Amino acid sequence: MSDTLSKLEKRTAYTLVLPAVLLVFAIVLFPIFANVWISFKDIELKDIRIPEPRAKKIVKSISENQSELKIIYKLRNSSLIQEIRNVQFQDKFPKNISPINLDPRCNFQSKKVICNFGNWEAKFRENFEITIKNNSGETIDKKTIKSQKPILSGKADNPLLSTNFTLENFKKVFYENNFVELLLTTFYFTFFGTVGAIIFGILAAQLVNQNIQGRTYMRGILLFPYVGPVVALAYTWTLLLDPNSGTLNALLVNFNIIEKPINLLGQKYITMSILGFEFKLRLALTTVIFFEIWRYFPLAFLFILARLQAIPQSLYEAADVDGASPIQKFIHITLPQITAIISILFMIRFIWNFNKFEDIFLLTGGASGTRTLPINVYQQGFAVSDIGMGSAVSIVIVMLLLTFMVIYFRLIGKRANEV
Amino acid sequence: MKFKSLSIFLIISSFFLTCILSIWKIMSTLQGLNFTNLNITTVFSICILLSLAFVLIGKKINHLIKIFSLSFLFSILYFYLNEASPYWYILGVFLINLFFTNKLKKYSMESLKEDFISEKIIFDFITLFGIVFFAFVILFPFYIMLVTSFKTQIALLVNPLDFSLDFTKSLTELFKSYFVIFETYNFGRYILISSAVSVGTVIVTLLFAIPAAYAVARLNFFGKNFLSTSILIIYMFPAIVLVIPLYTVFSQLGLRNSIFGLLIVYTATTLPVAIYMLQGYFKSIPKEIEDAGIMDGQNWFGIILKIIIPLSLPAIASVALYVFMIAWNEFLFSLMFLDSPKSFTLSRAIQYLSGDAETPRQYLMAGSVIVTLPVLFIFVYFEKYLVSGLTSGSVKG
Repeated sequence: MSDTLSKLEKRTAYTLVLPAVLLVFAIVLFPIFANVWISFKDIELKDIRIPEPRAKKIVKSISENQSELKIIYKLRNSSLIQEIRNVQFQDKFPKNISPINLDPRCNFQSKKVICNFGNWEAKFRENFEITIKNNSGETIDKKTIKSQKPILSGKADNPLLSTNFTLENFKKVFYENNFVELLLTTFYFTFFGTVGAIIFGILAAQLVNQNIQGRTYMRGILLFPYVGPVVALAYTWTLLLDPNSGTLNALLVNFNIIEKPINLLGQKYITMSILGFEFKLRLALTTVIFFEIWRYFPLAFLFILARLQAIPQSLYEAADVDGASPIQKFIHITLPQITAIISILFMIRFIWNFNKFEDIFLLTGGASGTRTLPINVYQQGFAVSDIGMGSAVSIVIVMLLLTFMVIYFRLIGKRANEV
Repeated sequence: MKFKSLSIFLIISSFFLTCILSIWKIMSTLQGLNFTNLNITTVFSICILLSLAFVLIGKKINHLIKIFSLSFLFSILYFYLNEASPYWYILGVFLINLFFTNKLKKYSMESLKEDFISEKIIFDFITLFGIVFFAFVILFPFYIMLVTSFKTQIALLVNPLDFSLDFTKSLTELFKSYFVIFETYNFGRYILISSAVSVGTVIVTLLFAIPAAYAVARLNFFGKNFLSTSILIIYMFPAIVLVIPLYTVFSQLGLRNSIFGLLIVYTATTLPVAIYMLQGYFKSIPKEIEDAGIMDGQNWFGIILKIIIPLSLPAIASVALYVFMIAWNEFLFSLMFLDSPKSFTLSRAIQYLSGDAETPRQYLMAGSVIVTLPVLFIFVYFEKYLVSGLTSGSVKG
């Protein structure tokens, strides 16, 4: 009895879970494996369409005699690189109409012209003509002829499914792509973006956790950058930071803080001198990192605030009795309570920042030293239209991510044992 | 000791007041006032004078009289030492001073003798300063977005600092950018598409997620643990690595430039988080209620429909709002999959608009306001649900 029940339970569970699992598998997991496949292929954006035979139909009258018409089919192979085999052509005509001097490749039966064009090589073009006449000598209506579309079919290889593989893409990724700089930029962006977001998150949470008026409003406002659409926010920042008529530069120049406007998003390096030491700062990258911090510190803030509010007030009261200073209270009570959430946040944000595409793309498009790995996927795949290469970069990202995740789960596992 | 805490008090409080006054000055400059100097040193010294006067007077006179008279004196001093300014600006200075001196209420020469008073002063003012700082830094870009959409390109090029709105103009003049983007750039259509995609994503996601979350929360089956950990792992995986394979497959299937294709992708990418959030909530529903349902002869469909869904409406609402916001804000997939202006979503349309360097910025900002307003409205209105959902499920970004 209980056995049949548990069987029923299992069957129910699979029916309930399966649709969601299948969908996620098709859209999320399948592409990750497909990337591996594509990354070993020499394939470009223009190759991904399966070649198909096409025909454009043009109807012309030959003479005064309206019972005869000439039809020109502009035939072509849509692909510039691949042949189509065994092309079949079919077109239908109204009653009483039959072709004259039909091409030997075709035959006419039951109101249809059926042709067998054989193989078309890449870039194939032909103007194929049929002359038709009305058997009863009446005028043929051009429009009805024109409205009937020919049907073409043919076999072509799907370039995605072919089995010639190459290691060329990975060679290019590692040797011709400034790989080291790409990796360094990505880590620089990820690390400082994450640390900055967490520091500002702690500060903001600490502030809002005090007993101040309107703290629920404050919490809401602090989350605005996180919930707002990235397109709108990125363009607002671009306008604000614009060197020619941006508000920030105009303000700084107006108050004589700087002499000339600074192109914050378009300048790769800026030379700074502090205490006599001159060093170069990655200006555009730093600006993008600040945008990143601005947009994502609210998440860290929210998590840390939730943790802060769960700390028992009695701990602080006890500390007051012992005569602890505010700094001591922060270091000895607050910090130990939030280290767990901070380490989780660090890993989550690290992984997500590592994959961040939209923000950088919208602010700089990857120019002036802000090219990170995700930006490179886009540039290779869609700007250079080398799909294989873009996939290879994706694979590098996935590999690095898996490494992070292994580290993450190890650390979290350990931490769970500690607590 | 007393001297040390007094000087810390003076410096920190004056620093705070100077910062607020500078922000006030910057905001007034953006209203077209012609300031060219922040006068930090002068302002800082009169702020020190004010704070010093405040603690020296102490409790000798009534608090209200004290703050009014001190603020009044300060404003007059400020007026004479600064560039010429209109009366509303000085009134603002006066009000800021009232607020500030009111905050100083608990400090007097006596209170400066307390333990750890210097740390407390620093904490106090850093809190105040932090709140002003965060509010300013966060709201400023939103403010610029809004006011830019009411200006004209020429006015902004002539004086990029003048964001004052001319209310003498007619409403149609003021909202001109909005009319233009609706009439010339077809934003009405994009709003419809964006809403259709987002609402569609919400419905389909819930249809898939509720049964799956119920199974994960309640039923025993082989691979359940694997499933619940893989949900989290999938959730970590980035959209950017999915883009190339999906692009190629969608091109071959003719799903690019179609709302349907976008809907599938959005649903699949939001499903893990939706299942994760929902199963957490389903687990908290007492199992006895379902047992009663089973006794009544309900099958799983009846249990989900008649017991689980009515009991977890708040959780479902918060998941729905999230999925809506994610789909509405989504940009990467709409950039990759949509090339024809006929099927643009709002985000993609704004990006397309910005691709043309000739597009005046007020149109861009009007579009941005249109795409931002609904999410902010939803967020502010349903903040309670959303915040609890955020901390339990953590939304990707």
